[in-house]
Parts: sequence; structure tokens; C-alpha cells
Amino acid sequence: MIDSVFQAIGLGHAATLLALSPPGWGGALLYGLWNSLQIALGAFGVGLVIGLAGASGKLYGGPVTRDLLAVYTTVVRAVPELVLILILYYAGTDALNKLLVSLGYARVEISGLMAGIGVLGVVQGAYATEVLRGAILAVPAGQIEAARAYGMPPVMVMRRVTLPLMLSNAIPGMANLWLIATKDTALLAIVGFAELTLRTQQAAGTTKAYFTFYLAAGVLYLMVTLVSERLFALLEARARRGQPSLKEGAA
Amino acid sequence: MKPDDYALAQIRMSRLNAIRFHMILVPMLTDPSPVAAAVQNPLAIEIAGLRKSFGQLEVLKGVALSAREGDVVAIIGGSGSGKSTLLRCINFLETPSAGRIVINGEEIAMRADGTPENRRQIETVRTRLGMVFQAFNLWTHRTLIENVIEVPVHVLGVPRAQALERAHTLLARVGLSEKADTYPAFLSGGQQQRAAIARALAIEPRVMLFDEPTSALDPELVGEVLGVIRDLAAEGRTMILVTHEMKFAREVASHVIYLHNGVVEEEGPPEEIFGAPKSERLQQFLRSVG
Repeated sequence: MIDSVFQAIGLGHAATLLALSPPGWGGALLYGLWNSLQIALGAFGVGLVIGLAGASGKLYGGPVTRDLLAVYTTVVRAVPELVLILILYYAGTDALNKLLVSLGYARVEISGLMAGIGVLGVVQGAYATEVLRGAILAVPAGQIEAARAYGMPPVMVMRRVTLPLMLSNAIPGMANLWLIATKDTALLAIVGFAELTLRTQQAAGTTKAYFTFYLAAGVLYLMVTLVSERLFALLEARARRGQPSLKEGAA
Repeated sequence: MKPDDYALAQIRMSRLNAIRFHMILVPMLTDPSPVAAAVQNPLAIEIAGLRKSFGQLEVLKGVALSAREGDVVAIIGGSGSGKSTLLRCINFLETPSAGRIVINGEEIAMRADGTPENRRQIETVRTRLGMVFQAFNLWTHRTLIENVIEVPVHVLGVPRAQALERAHTLLARVGLSEKADTYPAFLSGGQQQRAAIARALAIEPRVMLFDEPTSALDPELVGEVLGVIRDLAAEGRTMILVTHEMKFAREVASHVIYLHNGVVEEEGPPEEIFGAPKSERLQQFLRSVG
């Protein structure tokens, strides 16, 4: 009975098809997931660094810095990510190699992983700049002023006061960016990088078990999201220490 | 040298000494200001010709202020008189437009437009000035004890254990021993302000700066904060106090400055300022604040 239902919706032989070792494709999918996570983590990290620098530059920088950053965030957020990936991946590696050759160096092959991290990192950085800028603006000015009034140098004010205080404002936005990063890795399938979506496509195309594999990939993405949400919730609770709950009647 | 000449020279010398003596002593004896008469304490803060503009608006129009060690200077005035701006210029939270600021004998190097020449100098000077804000401005992500040790440990390089020990003493002093591990958001305004005073004391400041320390407090909490400040005055701390509490100013201040529209309209010992105000404006102001 159940077997025939599975058969009907195209989930027949799911166990065999999803086995970890060939001829099952489970291992290949997990390897694709691992690649996706590596890119997402790398891109999120690069984005965080760019975002911190970008937010500081926009808030505290001179007019030239601010203008350059405005161009960066506007352009990156204006162009579709898929187009950016194509531009940065093909044109980017081409430009880099032309530069290397003109300087007398040999051409380099850029790994899909590095290119993916670089491209998505630049995209994430633009959004993170705005998320973090908003978070810093929401820090009570008096607390930053108090830090200055007691002789803290600017970097220490940032590290000891501004950053910890802005963290609770930034986490919901940054959690969004992380989840977007995990799924944006799928866009790298277009440049032939063997992340989860490309692996799924290959498996499904070969076996014709489309439903089984896309459902499996969907479950994997969902697991990543669920685990991430738990981690960000813990992080947020830590960052919000000392702040009373907004909920009425809560302790 | 003939004997007569010798005698003459001696007479000249003694005259010269008399003149010298006169020059030194007489101004001290005749100066009516008790600040100068109490004497001998070195100047803690000396401000001259201080100007500050916000855009077109000139908030301070050439203000002078000096405080010797142990003085309690109260700055009073209506809203918009520039009293908070004056206080905030002392530690450069506001950048003056012009003027001269000397703190503990160290003149702050300023460019022609009033901006500090050397950020490091400002930072060093700030560690000697304990600022207490109207809105407390405790760091909300740190407990009270962490607030109090923050600057000693991270700015002044005091060993953590030593800083903690002193912080506990200070919190006990302001009556907050039990709240050492509480976050500021869970305390009353009066408790927060007392903790902020402990934070200021933790840097062992040469001068305490109070910027309307009780203005954000409920009336019934004002007393506990004033009590702490009163104790500090009694132990001879140098303090500059911007306040709306006239009774309190009269009680603790050794010198009162009345600011009006960015100039010192009148200043003097509290008995004179509050008991026998000379200027029409000050009389009016004192009537209006009851």
C-alpha cells in the first residue's frame, strides 16, 4: 500500500537511490552540501568583514570613503546576483589572468571554491554593510560618549562598547544574510561548481528520480536552516544580556 | 666701598625687599574672592576665553572658569545658557571653537579652530576627569561591577584583581554592594546614577564633572544621589557641577557661576550669589526657579 503511494508520487526505490555509496547518490549529495556550506561560511565571513569595514567607513569615514562605499553598496544591490556571479566569475578570473600575464606571471586557475567565496562574499558584504550600519546607529549614543569621556581610544570604543552593543541589533539581520548565503550557493551551479544543487541535478537527471532527489535536497537545506536558527537564537540571547524582555509581563 | 655707601646700599636693598614683599602679599590679602584667599591649592582647571558655536549659533561667548583643588564649582543658569556645553568642553566631548583650557597645569594643545592638536593628549586628560552624565550612560551590556572596572582595567591597565577589589569598595560606598552582578537596566535611576558615580570614582579622577546628575531622576530618588555627591564634596574632592538644584548648590558649592546666554553673568561664593544677587537677570532667574 505505502509502497504503491511512494511509487505513484515518484519516491520508489528512494532508499536505494539515496544510499551513501554508489550506485546510491546519497554520498554525492552530502559532498555537495559540504561544498555549499564551505562557500556559505566563507562568503558570510568575508561579508562580515566587508560589512564591518563598510559600516565603519560609511559612519565615520571621510567624504571620499563614503562615496566609494555608496557606489559599492548601490551597484552590488542593484545587479541580480546571478549576473554578478557570471560577471565576477568569468570576467573576474579573465581580468586577473590578463593582469598577471601583463606583469609577467603565469596564468592561474581559480578554484570554484575560492571564486564562489569571493563572489558571494562581495555580495554579502554590501548587504552586511547596511545591516551593521543600522545596528550601530541604534546603539545609544550616550554609552559611546561615556566610553570616549573616559579616555578610550576609538578602536577600543569600537571593540569594548559599540560592537557588543550593536550585536543584538545586528543578529536578526545577519541571521537572514547567513540563510540567504546558504541558498545563494545554489547559484554557483551555473558556473559548474559541484555544490548541492548541481549534484542534485546530476543525480536526478541520471536516474530520472526527480522528486526523490529534489525533495532530499530540500530536506538538507531545511536541516541547515533549522540548525542555524537554533545557533542564532543562542547567540542572540547572549548578545541581549542585560536587556529586559520587550514582552509585557516577562521577567 | 665707603661705609656711607654701604649703608645706603643696605637701605636700598631692604626697600626693594619691602616692595617685593608687598607685591606678593598684598593681592593675596586684598583679593575678596575666597577661592584665592583660601589659597595655596594649585589650579585644577583653568579655562579662559572659551567660545563654542553650533553652526551660526554661538552658545559660549568667551567664558572663563577656574577651580583650585578641593573647590566645588556649581554652574547654574537657565536652559540654553550653555552650562552643559561649558562642562562638556572641559573634557572635549564638545570641541571648543576657541579658547584656552588648562587641566592640572597641562594646557590642551588646540588648533586655531579649537580642535585638539593631539588626540592622545585628550585621551590622557580624560582619564583624570570623572564624568557623570544626566542620563547615567552606564554600559548596558555589562553588570555594575564590570562597568566600574572597565576603565581601570582596559584603559589604565590596573590588574583585574586589584580593580575588582576597589570596585567592590566603591559600590559599597554608594550603597550598591548587593547589585554588583546586576545589569543596569534592572535598576532604578537613582541606583544607576550612584553606580555611575562609582564608575567615575574608579579612575581616581583629579576632578569630577557632573552634568545635571539628578535631572533625569524621579523626585524621590534625587536625595540619594545628592547624598553621595555631598559626601564627595565633604571629603574635599574637586568637582564641577552643572545643576538645577539651587538649594544643593548653595549647600555644597564653594563657588557659583551663573551663566546667561553664553556669558558669565555673575559669579561668587554661594552666600552672595543666592543671598545677595547683584544682576537683575540672576535675581529673576532665582525667583523663577523658586
